[in-house]
Amino acid sequence: MPDLRFTEQALSEWMRSGGSHSEIVISTRVRIARNIQHHPFPLLATKNQADEILDVLAPVVDQNQETGYGTFHLLKLDELEELDKKVLVEKHLISPNLVNDSRSGAVLLNEDESVSIMINEEDHLRIQCLFPGFQVQEAWERATAIDDIFEETVDYAFDDRRGYLTSCPTNVGTGLRASVMMHLPALVMTQQISRILSAVNQVGLTARGIYGEGSEAAGNVFQISNQITLGQTEAEIIDNLHGVAVQIIEHESNARQRLLDDSALRITDRIMRSYGILSYAAVMELKEASQRLSDIRLGVDLGILKAPSISVLNELNVKTQPGFLQKMFGEKLSSAECDMYRAKLLRDTLGTTH
Amino acid sequence: MLCQECGVRPATLHFTKIVNGEKTEFHICENCAREKGELIPGTSGGFSIHSLLSGLLDLEGSSKGKSSPEAKPQEVRCEECGMTYRQFSKLGRFGCSSCYKFFDKGLDPLFKRVHGNTSHVGKIPKRIGAQIQFKRQIDELKEQLQQVIAQEEFERAAELRDQIRKLEKEIAQE
Repeated sequence: MPDLRFTEQALSEWMRSGGSHSEIVISTRVRIARNIQHHPFPLLATKNQADEILDVLAPVVDQNQETGYGTFHLLKLDELEELDKKVLVEKHLISPNLVNDSRSGAVLLNEDESVSIMINEEDHLRIQCLFPGFQVQEAWERATAIDDIFEETVDYAFDDRRGYLTSCPTNVGTGLRASVMMHLPALVMTQQISRILSAVNQVGLTARGIYGEGSEAAGNVFQISNQITLGQTEAEIIDNLHGVAVQIIEHESNARQRLLDDSALRITDRIMRSYGILSYAAVMELKEASQRLSDIRLGVDLGILKAPSISVLNELNVKTQPGFLQKMFGEKLSSAECDMYRAKLLRDTLGTTH
Repeated sequence: MLCQECGVRPATLHFTKIVNGEKTEFHICENCAREKGELIPGTSGGFSIHSLLSGLLDLEGSSKGKSSPEAKPQEVRCEECGMTYRQFSKLGRFGCSSCYKFFDKGLDPLFKRVHGNTSHVGKIPKRIGAQIQFKRQIDELKEQLQQVIAQEEFERAAELRDQIRKLEKEIAQE
């Protein structure tokens, strides 16, 4: 029987507020990709070969209580209900890839959900650390420490010249992808965002929507991450991302200040309207919910609204996703019913009794 | 809204392209999108990082069409997992870590394009990488040695030489 604690609660450690610049940076994530020598990558592995990988990797931290990051729990994907898988994706604890393309896929999660170790995703091993706010260095230190624990018992596929060998050529070398999830409503409103995102691309970083490759930037949330994994040290990659993120934080702060200086009444009106609509609407589509929650977050950050707290907003962003609504209100919701329950959840949370 | 290409079918794909800050909006139907070969994020079977890589790797479409039969890189096969270079260039992903060895010849241009670099300079695994660590250290010391010899600092050169010998001995014992 799989442990379902991870899908019953919406709030993960990374959704609590905290870390520096949490008014702009929602969370920081670092993942490193690793593979075992002389075993086909998950793309080609047979069921037996994938099981073998799972048998080698899962016990490394499953039984190792000395990691310093709490007890790890193993969830095998083929033992989970579809809905629970969806919820784990919505909480960013596993990737959509692990759900769709994986044979004998599994995930090791620690109790506070700050570490997620995926097995048989695109690579044999993907160690992912999630932190609230802006904590790139901290997330990297934790990920590399867990990498060291695996390396004590597992022979990694590593090459003198190419570094850590990965399934996809875009990850070879360090296997490191570091990203910060940023809320940039003022840069979007003042139409500076495309200029900034194209500048980001020119320095070896990339920007995309919060559910990864190909997803839309819902609710003004952008994920900025490194693109290059070969020919730079991990320290350079981390420093580069950190430096660029600091610049974006500064631009966003300035843009917010200018909005307050030049159009305080309009911006206040927009935030209050969004608050009103989320507090009273009977039907709410996901796209509108994301946009209006973004307005409310901006309102709280600018001091225009006193409540709700940032961690409640982070939690709402997850809870308003379809998988979570189905988990809470019934497994077989049509999309119209989802919109109705989403509105109800938002009304209930934002403090009205209607 | 009708498709802006054919003007017949309803536009089902709406997207915005931003090139050098210039924004262009497209409203087209799926047929025209397919014909035009537009890369559209999020459409099924459409754009993905792997299809993009596959584009970079597609040797048949490359301008250097006069390759001799014995040097056809498409025919190269990884002896460990059996993946051919042709499959690799279609999938945009390796089958196993040995593919890196068998496809090595074609990889530098690809890595250059994707990463701007071809060699790893980052973390080395402690246990299996001990030899590589030593080798990197020795290379660095040898470089220093050349420098101090050029500056005629022979005492320092002797120190460096001893350090190099010591490391080389340790490698031999491993």
